[in-house]
Amino acid sequence: MSSLAIQHSFGAKNISTGYEEKLILKDLNMEIPAGKFSVIIGPNGCGKSTLLKSFARLLQPKQGNVLLDGKSIYELPTQLLARHIGLLPQSPTVPAGITVADLVARGRFPYQTMFGQLKKEDYEAIAMAMDAMGVSELADQPVDSLSGGQRQRVWIALVLAQDTDILLLDEPTTYLDIAYQVEILDCLAALNRMKQTTIVAILHDINLSIRYADHIFAMKKGNLVAEGNPKEIITPELMREIYGMESTILTDPQTGDPYVIPRSVVK
Amino acid sequence: MKHIAEENLKQILDRQNRRATLCVILLAVIVLLLGCGMLMFGNTNYSMAEVWSYLLGKGSGSGAYAIGSVRLPKLVVGGLAGFAFGVSGYTFQSLLRNPLASPDIIGVTAGSSAAAVFCILILGISGAVASGFAVVAGLGVTGVILLLSGRGKAFGSRMILIGIGFQAMLNALISWMLLKGSEYDVGTALRWLRGSLNSVQMSDVPVTLVVTVITAGLLFYCNRYLQMMQLGDEYATALGVPIQETRICCLLAALILSATATSVTGPIASVAFLSGPIAGRIAPGSRKTMALSGLVGVILVYGAELVSKNVFSTSYPVGVITGLLGAPYLLLLLLNLNKKGEKSA
Repeated sequence: MSSLAIQHSFGAKNISTGYEEKLILKDLNMEIPAGKFSVIIGPNGCGKSTLLKSFARLLQPKQGNVLLDGKSIYELPTQLLARHIGLLPQSPTVPAGITVADLVARGRFPYQTMFGQLKKEDYEAIAMAMDAMGVSELADQPVDSLSGGQRQRVWIALVLAQDTDILLLDEPTTYLDIAYQVEILDCLAALNRMKQTTIVAILHDINLSIRYADHIFAMKKGNLVAEGNPKEIITPELMREIYGMESTILTDPQTGDPYVIPRSVVK
Repeated sequence: MKHIAEENLKQILDRQNRRATLCVILLAVIVLLLGCGMLMFGNTNYSMAEVWSYLLGKGSGSGAYAIGSVRLPKLVVGGLAGFAFGVSGYTFQSLLRNPLASPDIIGVTAGSSAAAVFCILILGISGAVASGFAVVAGLGVTGVILLLSGRGKAFGSRMILIGIGFQAMLNALISWMLLKGSEYDVGTALRWLRGSLNSVQMSDVPVTLVVTVITAGLLFYCNRYLQMMQLGDEYATALGVPIQETRICCLLAALILSATATSVTGPIASVAFLSGPIAGRIAPGSRKTMALSGLVGVILVYGAELVSKNVFSTSYPVGVITGLLGAPYLLLLLLNLNKKGEKSA
């Protein structure tokens, strides 16, 4: 886990996908900047989660492809892919009675062979992931006894233990109070800085998105509307276009980032 | 940030593993003791030394018959069936993530049982052909249930409800066939509706043994995938588990396993349903729950058989006793599910 992440070219090429008959993404192109912290924003139902699911091979595109270094992710061996791309899903289930250490250890699955015992590097990765998320004290606690915030940190520790070059996170901060949100995003930002892990997260809080993202993708109705550095693309016009909302944009006195104050919804 | 030493981590992970291994050994010892009990106690009680000499073929007369031709087949077939029901029940429950989803609740074993009754009583065929037929019928019933359950969110609950309906229907069909075949004595009827070891023979052993070894072996092979799938389909996929293949492979293997056992002993009530949850209680969160479930299944069958033969003046089929255990647990489970439902509503 000490080594730097490999910088892959990764993205969606003309993908159209959805559930059953309904198309949610229509001919979408997206190139994820390697080694950067990217955030996808957009209103509910705009296809953010669908896109992340396509990236993680949970949903096969009806057309187009998801490419990792020019190869379709559907043609790569599953276990190999799981060493490159990790996912924090929105609602995982906790196996009954499992301890924190055991749950985080499951992140090492892609590196294990049939009867493989955990090796030294596995223990290292698990310990580092638990330290990074601050759940080391909880190692022998059952996960079902933890609070929501602690549990979410344990789940993130699991994907950190997976030690992938690319990390996809579907709303990693939902249901958490503001301090927990900042704490988790700080951890992810630190991971991105230290290991140059490529991070793609879906966030609902626009101002936190601006603060942590190197690159923002703004989506609406299954299409990519704008992308780029938050300082450049966050404007009242964009807010109106994707959310249908009037807003005032201030400048954060400390960081110089834009700060969005929602005003009224355009009827 | 507090640092966790790798040594500590290793200790914590090993501790749980060791505990589970200890549980496996403990349950195996209980199985062994109950197994000895099965050979020793019954209408006539024999000492271990007598049992041993009969097993080695040294004695003769009623004792040799009682042990060699009655108790030994019960021991072997009962053990295999208990293990089969335990492992397949656990597999169904963890694949569908629902404690109600065991093959004896959702009508899979009832389908196999109906097919076995049809073969044995109506067609007059038994043995491997009847087992084969029972497996096909179990697959067929499951296929129909799956087809009727449709797709989408409430798939699991729909499948269970439809399965319970099928079970009621198939049990009625079994009763009807028993009447038609003019074999409606209580013993036979109970065997095919609740399960019994009373008519098992040594000739049942080879097919049951081979199928159990192959299918249970396959399930133990897939266990590491099953463990990962407990995290939910999304995590499992992202961690590199081939979930579709695992699901199909495990369902098929568990189905064949429980159908084969059913074709020999009948659907021994509640063993498949109870074993997994009991094993889960013994070693929470362990990866050895599958093996533990199999052992718990054997213990339930042996224990129930011993109780039925030695405690009551009438010797009830084993399924009647295990069924008695299953009923209160089912009630408890439904009450708990109801409470959960109220909370989340």
